Amino acid sequence: MAQNHDDSTKSKTFSRRALFLAGGQALLFSTLAGRMYYLQILKSDTYKTLAEDNRINLRVLPPPRGRILDRFGVELAVNEQNYRLVLVREQTPNVEATLDALGNIISLSEHDFKRVLREVKRKRAFVPVTVRDNLSWEEVSTISVNAADLSGASIEVGQTRSYPYGSAIAHTLGYVAAVSERDLTGDPLLELPGFRIGKNGLEKQHDLVLRGKQGNSHLEVNAYGRVIRELSRDEGKPGRDAVLTVDVGLQTYVQQRLMSQQSAASVVLDIKNGDVLALGSVPSYDPSAFNRGLSTREWNGLINDHLAPLTNKAIAGAYAPGSTFKMIVALAAMKEGIGAQHSVFCPGSMRLGNSKFHCWKRGGHGWVDLTRGIQHSCDVYFYDIARRIGVDKIAAMANRLGLGQPVGVDLPGERSGVIPTKAWKLANVGEPWQGGETLIAAIGQGFVLATPMQLATMVARLASGGLKVTPRLTRGFNDEAGGIAEPDPVFEPLGIPAEHLRVIHNAMDAVTNNRRGTAYKARIKDEGWEMAGKTGTSQVRRITLAERAAGVFKNEDLPWRRRDHALFVGFAPVHNPRYACAVVVEHGGGGSSTAAPIVRDILTETQRRDPSGAPAFQLQAQAPGQET
Amino acid sequence: MAGRFSSMSRSAGLTLGQKIWSINWGMVFLVVLIFSVGFAMLFSAGNGNINPWASRQAMRFGLGLLVMLAVALIDIRFWFRYAYALYIIALILLVAVEVMGTVGMGAQRWIDLKVIQLQPSEIMKVCLILALARYFNGVSVEDIGRPTYLLLPLALVAAPAALVLKQPDLGTTVMLALAAGAVFFCAGVRLWKFAIVGAAGLAAIPIGWQLLHDYQRARVMTFMNPETDPLGTGYHIMQAMIALGSGGMFGKGFLLGSQSHLNFLPEKQTDFIFTMLAEEFGMVGGLGLMGLYILLIVYGIAIALRTRNQFGRLLAIGLTTNLFLYVFINIAMVMGLIPVVGVPLPLISYGGTAMLTVMVGLGLVISVYVHRDTFISRRGVTEEL
Repeated sequence: MAQNHDDSTKSKTFSRRALFLAGGQALLFSTLAGRMYYLQILKSDTYKTLAEDNRINLRVLPPPRGRILDRFGVELAVNEQNYRLVLVREQTPNVEATLDALGNIISLSEHDFKRVLREVKRKRAFVPVTVRDNLSWEEVSTISVNAADLSGASIEVGQTRSYPYGSAIAHTLGYVAAVSERDLTGDPLLELPGFRIGKNGLEKQHDLVLRGKQGNSHLEVNAYGRVIRELSRDEGKPGRDAVLTVDVGLQTYVQQRLMSQQSAASVVLDIKNGDVLALGSVPSYDPSAFNRGLSTREWNGLINDHLAPLTNKAIAGAYAPGSTFKMIVALAAMKEGIGAQHSVFCPGSMRLGNSKFHCWKRGGHGWVDLTRGIQHSCDVYFYDIARRIGVDKIAAMANRLGLGQPVGVDLPGERSGVIPTKAWKLANVGEPWQGGETLIAAIGQGFVLATPMQLATMVARLASGGLKVTPRLTRGFNDEAGGIAEPDPVFEPLGIPAEHLRVIHNAMDAVTNNRRGTAYKARIKDEGWEMAGKTGTSQVRRITLAERAAGVFKNEDLPWRRRDHALFVGFAPVHNPRYACAVVVEHGGGGSSTAAPIVRDILTETQRRDPSGAPAFQLQAQAPGQET
Repeated sequence: MAGRFSSMSRSAGLTLGQKIWSINWGMVFLVVLIFSVGFAMLFSAGNGNINPWASRQAMRFGLGLLVMLAVALIDIRFWFRYAYALYIIALILLVAVEVMGTVGMGAQRWIDLKVIQLQPSEIMKVCLILALARYFNGVSVEDIGRPTYLLLPLALVAAPAALVLKQPDLGTTVMLALAAGAVFFCAGVRLWKFAIVGAAGLAAIPIGWQLLHDYQRARVMTFMNPETDPLGTGYHIMQAMIALGSGGMFGKGFLLGSQSHLNFLPEKQTDFIFTMLAEEFGMVGGLGLMGLYILLIVYGIAIALRTRNQFGRLLAIGLTTNLFLYVFINIAMVMGLIPVVGVPLPLISYGGTAMLTVMVGLGLVISVYVHRDTFISRRGVTEEL
């Protein structure tokens, strides 16, 4: 009985407590259900987004970069296939054996070997590791032939920028190079490994247009990053081709012609529309080296070279213009009422205060009027008229003709040069203007600095009959949908009286075509192609009295770096001007002996080729209302 | 012999046919149903392939089903008689695993018997409940109130719990302690004693924290704040919650769970299989499976309530609680409610030992049901068996 009583007590206790336990378990289960409701219903959208983020990987597809074409459609910058050899670990039975086999058929350095082994270990099994870049076509075919023994090795095709004309047009085109930290703008394209952007020249100027719009590929990936499939793809928009005004044939000729000198620059313009036909700068460099990646030694070699091969001297070299500045002084004087018939006696020097200012011709030119002053480049004549009108009037005329500020050609890094005024000197040097400095400025020396681009622009403005000719380097952009051509520009008049310009025109004609002109020897003899121009020789140092006394001031006797700059500006044909050209030869000696023959050759070649007369590469005209 | 029994108990002399007839087939059907869900999920985990998981698990289940039915048909008094012996064998195996076990997943849990790999801590879950049920069956209502009578059963729990904790296997330790607690509770141990043990347990937390392995501490810390370390230890639980949450109400569809199939979900075929189910079948699927488990547990509790001997009652409630703990701990951990302690979802997760433990346990519950009217005195009936 005790046993029975005991059991019934136990049973009652058990039942009560078991039900209590069951209640507890029910409570805990409802917690689970509550949690489920919270996660799967209330927070469902959040987690759905997170799951999609996990699953979908956005891959940026780089668009092909736009080409750069010359005025006739010749390719100046293109994309070339770049073959690289990659190795996928999981497809290779033995990485080292495969590498050995590869080393037997193509050249692989010990360095490459180690790097590949290291990367293969670090990266996931399905990620391709680059074994070698820039394979030649022979190497590609050798690898393809032996493909059976090289499982896991494959050829990938990438694109690399190539410049068929190399150093002949390097400064104008610029180059592309890897994106650096400070180039990042938030554009995801820039963060792609291996992406290249324009770092200089037109590649930089038109980078956004040439770059195009990125494509996107939505990929489904697993937790290890392996691509399962592509969900969608948007190819993006390829970059548009830039069509230049340059004639690459003429460009090559100009560059070649300048290479007779150590360091020189030249600009050839179409006077009618401002087209830059050629832009020379010597010495040059190989633009593809930047794409490939320069070694520290190569880079240091380039930047420490005193001939500054990386500088585009045509727009970024500022030189004292010397006597090529005299047309400006003459026009300023005529504007102030000093007529062309105004005459000055040149005894070989002029005294102002305590200083004596020499003419380049020690014996003097005797009586000189304006035309003869230009024709003989008589310094004393210009000292005289400059002293009468003052430096500010000269500066105003110089500015009108394009000096003292960038002409606005579409290239980065154009310098403005210097056209001094009284206010300029006070502000920049901190001292008042001296009367003698006006005289120095009148012969394009002292503070006056101009780029070859500005000098060519000046000549074009003079030869066009006083129009505000503005140089341009890009005719427009082209793409599959049809190009957009900039309309031919209409230049406004500068307001210089035609009879003043005629005087200058005749004087420049006399410089080359009058047998007593300073550049008569460098005239163009071909009938109808004759050029007019003006020589310039600018000192890079003062000739000391001691030197003068010792008789050592012949340029050829001086070390190269102390020799004068040689300049010449000219246009042709003289009676119907179409082409303007400026040449600066650094430390080249005399303008008439060194620079003038180069301009003669360039303008002869230009007229022979006549790029402005030939039909240019067809660009569709811009449709009305269409935005560029 | 049978005659003496029949005077005390109606079903003591059941024939095999009667026993098979009286097996709780509804429960067996539930077990098969739950396994079928598991089979489907392993099929999905194998990316729509019965290999490598679903097929092997099906074979194990077939074996398990036979073992479960065999256990169910064995007389309850047999289990009563050998309860301590089985416990001692399990304890020896636990010691053995400490000495010569195989290290897997950073813990020493397995004994490799070449044919099968034995996980003694799983066996102990059943054997401990058997031993405790037998012990409390023999203690009178008055004696249960005496603290001295609690020393032996506490030792029965403490020994395996300490060994399992040392492996280290926090999840199994907790399960052993809680299932044992349920038996103590239902046997009638005073509530204030639970309060003392609970307080002692809380006091031991700082000491226990020192004893935990680094990975265990990391899991606890991660549980407290999973977002702080999304790529390290928190990654698993974050991905599990993403899988679950992105499933929504009706799920992404069978074989279409992106988190599972793209391997973002860790251990999707074992501990985290519930998240995969919830991703593919949504809250509806998750609650459905939980409903099946609840039915099974309700069956177990009902059996315990209907049994006329204390041993059977305690055995049934203990084993049912054990099943509940599996389900609750697993689901709670994959939903980020408790730290990740490595408890599989019974009958669903890939793996043989846990499934066998649960099925042996359910076999015992069915045996309790079949022999629900068998009389087992406080001193036992083993002599007459």
